[in-house]
Amino acid sequence: MQRLFPDERGHFDEFGGQFVPETLMTALEELVEAYEKYRDDPAFQDELAFYQREYISRPTGLYFAKKLTEHYGRAKIYLKREDLCHTGSHKLNNTIGQALLAKRMGKKRIIAETGAGQHGVASATAAALFGLECEVYMGEEDTRRQSLNVFRMNLLGSDVIPVTSGTKTLKDAMNEAIRDWVTNVETTYYLLGSVGGPHPYPMMVRDFQTIIGRETKEQIEKAEGRAPDFIIACVGGGSNAMGIFYPFIGTETRLIGVEPAGHGLESGQHGAPLSKGAKGILHGSLSYLLQDEYGQVLPAHSISAGLDYPGVGPEHSYLKDNTLAEYVSVTDDEALEAFRLLSQTEGILPALESSHAVAYIDKMIASTTKDDIIVVNLSGRGDKDVQVVAAALGVNL
Amino acid sequence: MAITRINRIDAVFDKLEEENRTALMPYLMAGYPDVETSLELLVAVAKAGADLIEFGVPYSDPLADGPTIQAAGEVALRNGVNTDTVFTLVRRARESVDTPVVVMTYYNTIYRYGLERFAQKAAESGVDGVIAPDLPPEEAAPWADAASKYGVATVMLVAPTSTDKRIERISELSKGFVYCVSLTGVTGARANLPSNLTDFIYRVRALTDKPLAVGFGISEPEQAKEVSEIADGVIIGSALVGLIGKAGGDCVEAARAYMSRIREAIDT
Repeated sequence: MQRLFPDERGHFDEFGGQFVPETLMTALEELVEAYEKYRDDPAFQDELAFYQREYISRPTGLYFAKKLTEHYGRAKIYLKREDLCHTGSHKLNNTIGQALLAKRMGKKRIIAETGAGQHGVASATAAALFGLECEVYMGEEDTRRQSLNVFRMNLLGSDVIPVTSGTKTLKDAMNEAIRDWVTNVETTYYLLGSVGGPHPYPMMVRDFQTIIGRETKEQIEKAEGRAPDFIIACVGGGSNAMGIFYPFIGTETRLIGVEPAGHGLESGQHGAPLSKGAKGILHGSLSYLLQDEYGQVLPAHSISAGLDYPGVGPEHSYLKDNTLAEYVSVTDDEALEAFRLLSQTEGILPALESSHAVAYIDKMIASTTKDDIIVVNLSGRGDKDVQVVAAALGVNL
Repeated sequence: MAITRINRIDAVFDKLEEENRTALMPYLMAGYPDVETSLELLVAVAKAGADLIEFGVPYSDPLADGPTIQAAGEVALRNGVNTDTVFTLVRRARESVDTPVVVMTYYNTIYRYGLERFAQKAAESGVDGVIAPDLPPEEAAPWADAASKYGVATVMLVAPTSTDKRIERISELSKGFVYCVSLTGVTGARANLPSNLTDFIYRVRALTDKPLAVGFGISEPEQAKEVSEIADGVIIGSALVGLIGKAGGDCVEAARAYMSRIREAIDT
């Protein structure tokens, strides 16, 4: 079912929009125009499909997690294996799409922001593949925590620019990327990594990620002859969740987004704007946001750097307010436990982001029966997180 | 009362036009270097010949600002400054200063405070206008309505990348004056003015009768002089904020002296 949202100015009811400096507005208009043109262009879609198949390795599997299912003895649990995408997460679905668009728009240089480095690596990869110059903004704090990913981006031929302003994490990397874009708007394409930012990014990134949901729909139909009862996905900015939710919105399937509760929702140290935030504007769109009473944005916390963000994509806010999806949260500790559980039952190291989705199974499984079907979006692989997990468990590597 | 407020900005530009002079429009960050000194600075630059003062509300994520104003904002936030502090400072400045004050703030601070409440509080405090650099015309209507209800001017920005159609629309919406962003980039002093500035200002001039103030990248008296020949207002932000930071305890005197130099340059 194709819905009407967003409207032509990028609004999902009151959410979304374009809250950016005037300097960028013409560039956004051009981007909207280019995207509208190519999204229906068979040559563009064919080329995208080619790279999805031959380069990203799509379709990714929908794997029946037999041992995990037996472990709980309730609903059947399937894992959508985005961890098997080239570069190890769903991020490449978006960067390949946008890099193809950037090329068609005649841009030679792309910039991107990254937190943990997954989107940075995916951007650097797409840039290498299509011969684009690429610079990635990354909070100085994150460059330290994820030094391996910094080197990985360098190996791919991209420059990583450490950001020293503000909290020195993803939020500030995004500010700096936008500042770069304001400065170099005529030559540069901003390759935004999630379903946030000004219109058309939330719509465009969702569209590039919707392949996850389309495949899931076909695959579960083939395996079970019906749609799942539950789909569970983690939500930072929310692109993997939006991608798998989208074809199921407004159907019987219950869509559950899992936010990072960090040290606990009451601790103030979390990254759960849908659970604990208020409406506000960050990075160009109106959505739920962690902020104080004066609108100053509050720092987020999560053990998972990819979920460590005070905002969320505007369409999730829309889904929440219209009860088209439910949003819940799990803590750092619960995510770590799920990391261990999935590794040991299925031999799959999930990304710490995805571990949040896996962890929620434990909280809801008791309400299911053996006739129910759950699909969990395993958005990325956990190899990148081994050091963080070791540190959390007090293991010296 | 509502109408007189917009008229305070209009009156300044009318008067300057009669005298064939250009407005000097310094920017100060509220609460920088500290709360009391920022009030002293506001009064001092007004007395040193500022025609309109931009007063910045510090914000956690100032994506249109370069390093100087970012750093000042961080200090101001550490000093505990919030939206109410800014209103209080303007109210106190009004005891001795009649110069128009325009608050520069990112839209989330307005949105979170409540549009009506922000507009009302601004008007009561003696704020004449508001500039929100991340609020393009597409999203501006709710705020512009609330602001005009309380007689607060919504000043809109045009950029070199704006199409003629956008410039027309923005100028029509903008109250008091039109803020012309001189370059594609963030705030901050630059060694040279952008080479296409004159063309840009002429382009805007052909599309609107409203006063044009130019900001971003102006720091030297000669640059201010050059801009004053094509524009109705010269905005000096980062250069002044940077100088205040460097001058430490002497910042009020340093700001006064700098303003006098710029004033002299654009008046001769």
